[in-house]
Parts: sequence; C-alpha cells; structure tokens
Amino acid sequence: MQRTIYVPRDTTTLSLDGEQVATNISKDAARSNQAVTLIRNGSRGMFWLEPLVEVATDQGRVAYGPVTPEDVESLFAADFSNPSFAQQSAQQHPLYLGLTEEIPYLKKQQRLSFARAGIIDPVNIDDYIAHAGFKGLAKAMQLNAQGIVDEISASGLRGRGGAAFPTGIKWQTALNCPVQQKYIVCNADEGDSGTFADRLLMEADPLMLVEGMIIAGLAVGADQGYIYLRSEYPQALLILNEAIANAYARNFLGENICGSQRSFNLEVRLGAGAYICGEETSLLESLEGKRGLVRSKPPLPAIAGLFGQPTVVNNVLSLAAVAHILADGATLYANYGMGKSKGTLPFQIAGNVKRGGLVELAFGTTLRDLLDDFAQGTASNRPMHSIQVGGPLGAYLTPQQWDTPLDYESFAAIGAVLGHGGIVVFDDKVDLAEQASFSMEFCAEESCGKCTPCRIGSVRGTEVIEKIRNGENVADNLVLLDDLCETMIDMSLCAMGGMTPFPVQSAIKAYRAQLLTNHQSEPHLSIDQHSAERA
Amino acid sequence: MDATSVRASETTQAIIAQLKDKPGALLPILHQVQHQFGYIPANTIPMIADAMQQTAAEIHGVISFYRHFHTTQAGSHRVEICRAEACQARGGRQLESHAKQSLDIDYHQTTTDRNITLDPVYCLGNCACGPNIRVGDKIIGRVSSEKFDRIVKDLSTATVQIQ
Repeated sequence: MQRTIYVPRDTTTLSLDGEQVATNISKDAARSNQAVTLIRNGSRGMFWLEPLVEVATDQGRVAYGPVTPEDVESLFAADFSNPSFAQQSAQQHPLYLGLTEEIPYLKKQQRLSFARAGIIDPVNIDDYIAHAGFKGLAKAMQLNAQGIVDEISASGLRGRGGAAFPTGIKWQTALNCPVQQKYIVCNADEGDSGTFADRLLMEADPLMLVEGMIIAGLAVGADQGYIYLRSEYPQALLILNEAIANAYARNFLGENICGSQRSFNLEVRLGAGAYICGEETSLLESLEGKRGLVRSKPPLPAIAGLFGQPTVVNNVLSLAAVAHILADGATLYANYGMGKSKGTLPFQIAGNVKRGGLVELAFGTTLRDLLDDFAQGTASNRPMHSIQVGGPLGAYLTPQQWDTPLDYESFAAIGAVLGHGGIVVFDDKVDLAEQASFSMEFCAEESCGKCTPCRIGSVRGTEVIEKIRNGENVADNLVLLDDLCETMIDMSLCAMGGMTPFPVQSAIKAYRAQLLTNHQSEPHLSIDQHSAERA
Repeated sequence: MDATSVRASETTQAIIAQLKDKPGALLPILHQVQHQFGYIPANTIPMIADAMQQTAAEIHGVISFYRHFHTTQAGSHRVEICRAEACQARGGRQLESHAKQSLDIDYHQTTTDRNITLDPVYCLGNCACGPNIRVGDKIIGRVSSEKFDRIVKDLSTATVQIQ
C-alpha cells in the first residue's frame, strides 16, 4: 500500500498555517526519500483540530491534529505516513487521534450533504464519481422536468439560505413559465456571521454544488447558471473555478452534457462586500451590474428574475441537497427531521467555543444538546451566557430558551430564527446592550437605502440605544426603541430592516434582566451607576 | 498623457474588450480593473462608462455601493479586520482597538509610511477560529494582539526587501 497523506486546502486550515504544514511534509518526505502522495482535500469541519493531517492506512484513515509546521519533523520521526494501522496506533504520537471516522465529533453526525467533505480531492472528477458523485444527475437524466420537480417537492426540501421557502414550489413556478431563457442562480453570498457551511461545501465538495445546479437546470429548463460568490471567500473562488474547469473538460458542463442533448453553462461571479446582496433580489441586481438595491416583490424571481427572465435562486446547501435527494431518493431525505422541517441542517458552531465546527444533523435536536455534545464549553472557560442563532438578524437566546428544538417552526414560535444554521456563543463577559447597538450599526452600514424604515430606522436605533446605555431617560427611550423596532418590522421592504429588531429586542431584554440580577446581587450598582461606569 | 497613463488606459481598454460582452459585465470589469491597479483609478471610469453605455455618474454609483471597491490607492498592504459577532465573541473588539492604536490610524486610513491600510470587514467565514483578519487574499485566524504585531512587523520587513 502506498503512502498517502491528506492536508486540507480550505480557508480554516490555511488560516492556521496549513500551507506551511503541507510544504514541510513535502520537504521532509523528499529528505527521507519516501514516495508519498500528498492530497489536498477539504476540511472535515472539525475546526479546532485544523490543520488536521490524515494518513491512509489498511484500516482506514488516521488523523493527527492540530498540526503546526514545527510538528512535522516529529511526525516523520514517528514514521506517521506508514500505511499499516497496527504500526500507527503503536506509535502514540501526542497528536495522534486514531481513525478519523471514529472521532466522536464526526461519528455522532448524520452527514448527507457533507458526506464527501474532507474525504475526496475536491476538484478531482474521478474521485467525485468514485464516491457516488453524479449519481443524482444520472437519475435526473432519466426523468422528465416535471419528474425532477416532483422528486424535490416530495423530499420536503426548504431553502437552506435562511428563509426556508419550499424549493419544490419555487422550481414548479419557474418550470411553469413558457419562456425560452431561464436561469439558475446559486446564492453563495454567505454573509451571516457565524456561518461557514456554504464555504466549507464549496471548498470541500464543489462538484456537488455543480451537480445540483445542472439538475436544477434540467428541472426548470435553464441552460445557464451563475454562482454569486462573496468576495470575502478568495479560497472558495479558486477551488470552485478549478472544479468547474474540470467539469467542462469532462463534459459534465457545456453543450450536450455526456451525450444527453442537454446543455448547461456555469460561471462564478464575484460579489463586492455588500451583505445585502445575500437578499435574492438585491443579488440579481448586482449580477446585472447594478447597485444592489432590493426589488419589490412581486414579481417573484421565479417568474421575472435575472434580466427579467424566470430565475431559480437557491442557496448553496439547497442545491447540494438536490444532488443527494436525486441520488438516494426523496423518501430517504424526508425521513430525517421533524414536522415541516425535513432532512438535515449543517449547524455551524462558532464564536466562543472550545470545539467549533460544522455539525450536520437532522432537524429537531435542542440547542443545549447540540452544544453539550459538541462544543465542550467556551474557549475562555467562562460560562456560556447568550447565543445568537441565525446570523446578524437572529435573536440572542438566553439559557431558558436553549431547550428549544432546532427546527424552523419551534424557533419561529419563540420569536427567533434558525436561518442558515449559524450558532454564535458568547460568555458572561458579553455586554448585550453593546451587541444590540452593533446590530443597529450593522444595519445602518449594510442597508441598501431603498426603504426608509431600514435606512433611517437603523441610524435612529443606534442613537436611542446609546442614550439607553448612557442612562438618559431610560424608561422613555426603551418605549421609543420598541416603537422604532415595530416600525422596522412592519414597514421594511426586506429582512434586513425587518429582522434587525430580532437581535436588538432580544439583546435589550436580556440586558435588562442582566442589570436586574446585578442590581440584586450587588445592591450598590444602580442602572445609572452602571451607565456612569461605562462612560 | 504620459507613458504610464497611456499604458494604464491600454490595460483598461483590454480588460473592457475582454469582458464587456458578458451579460451584466460591470462588476467583472470593476473587479479586474481593481485587481490590475489595486483600486479603480478615476480616469478608467469614463472608459468603462462608454463601454457600458452608461454615464460616469452611474458607474460611480455602482462603485460607491460596494465596500470592496476602492477609488483611492491603498498602502502596500490592505489589512481587513473582521468586526462581526462571531469574532466579537472571541475578542475581536480588543483586536480592533489594538490595531488602530498600534498603527495609529482609524479604519479607511493608511499609515504614514504608506505600508498598511486598515479596513473593516464583516465576516470572513472562519467563525470558529476568530478573531480573523485578511491580508490581501490571505485569511489569518486566532489573531491575538501579539500575533497582529508580528504580522505587521513581517509586512513591514517584506516591503523593505522588495524595495
């Protein structure tokens, strides 16, 4: 068995000196005259272990991590690239983690969309096919357009970008338009803080997204696709472009795909640092080369979208799930999850945690269980205090809310959102009034400016929260803030202004409770003194 | 026009010629121009406007909408610090104030030696390993104040070597 070593090439690994680790491995292999194949895979999503270096053995892959460039020498001294598992486990290098698949963080997951992540070389077509890639496409080729849409509808798949709109209905709407030119647009403008699932998928298994987009094209009758990728993801851009070029070279993209008489062309387009372009109509404006101003709906993009043509806009994870659903069947997918939330969601554990990373699970587990099972407490070793779920437009949740099941309806019922599955943990040092103020500030910074409640409301909101924090007319200003939030919720054109009040109101509520507790335990600290300390 | 600006204008025309027939070509053109010059020089805007059959004001309107596009030349290195919540939860705010203090500049400003331009960024998608910064196309995780100082020092040394 030949010696094979895997070092990921995803953003997280590279952000922690992963490139130097790979370079040192190549150098040391050459120096010790070892014939080693170095494969640059994607991340497994266990970010606290990156750079995670894996070695192929006769019993499966074993892992070492987190590996620094300085550790490479001792790994070679321990003959870590030896393909005999018995020899590997006998060595007991301090970074040795055993068989990768047996690491509990991975083993406890239900990976459907991320089944190949970290396993394959992300841009290698043969590797992709060897791991059941393009199986969904082959199935789709045997169905007619309506047959594909029916399969997606039956799976119960809902948009994974955050809005959770049923994908089947969106596709059916576009399919029903008797128009020649239609488009598939992938929303890869993953701007929510605390989320990285799209990035991980694009860097670890980009061909799954490509496959999902081709299937979407077949389903609605579109022959052109665009991936709108945020400019903050330079590594994803590199990997996506390589994967797409390889797919063209093997005729999985282009004219007459694999002799099917069907065509699909695909291009990555780069955003330019505007959070609002994650909103689908703003994204379409941006793709057309304009300022990313939100459009009024109707018309729905599925009827009049990009360049006025019927357009399916789907999130990266929705399109990736499509490939899986076609390959393994709608029923299997719908068997995961609870209630109207079918399938799995890749949760992203981020912020102040010991073990951050991607955890793909069926909907329905509670936030508390998820964190107990995976996060292992905060990185700062202080108690967890509040958790922002669903990105910068999601509510801050306090401990009594952590037993809520992670599904769309249960979260909506407590005035929170699941969004794109991002979970940001804060410890008890968090100043929630400061977080509330930041939410308004972020809205002011990122508002497209088209509607007044969002454009002006966010600026006024920042000012009112400052006054509250400074102890000026606290009771009156709290009423004013509530009133402002209601206006933004009811009157904004899109979710930017309409949902900013979620983190603001939840944080202010928790902040007041925090003050009250402090007031009781430390009677000398009144609200006014608290504010004075701050000033 | 001097030789440098003739070359710059030829380069811009070549970029325009290569991309202008794409549907929605404006953003790809702006990206390519910025990639070439490090920013979007004022004299390229009328050329782009001509090719897009729009006014220079319209092109400027698009440029100014997007944080990523710049119309002034930055320092030798653009350093972006993530301001978003996941990094805040891991000490991002402390890193922000340390960076501003140690470089003695605010966001959107350049150090007096023109080596570093400091910009805010909202999420680099590395949210389990913050605080994060981006230097050029490189994203760096778990940046403590000390690590930030080392990175800045390396950037200063690297510039001297190039000169």
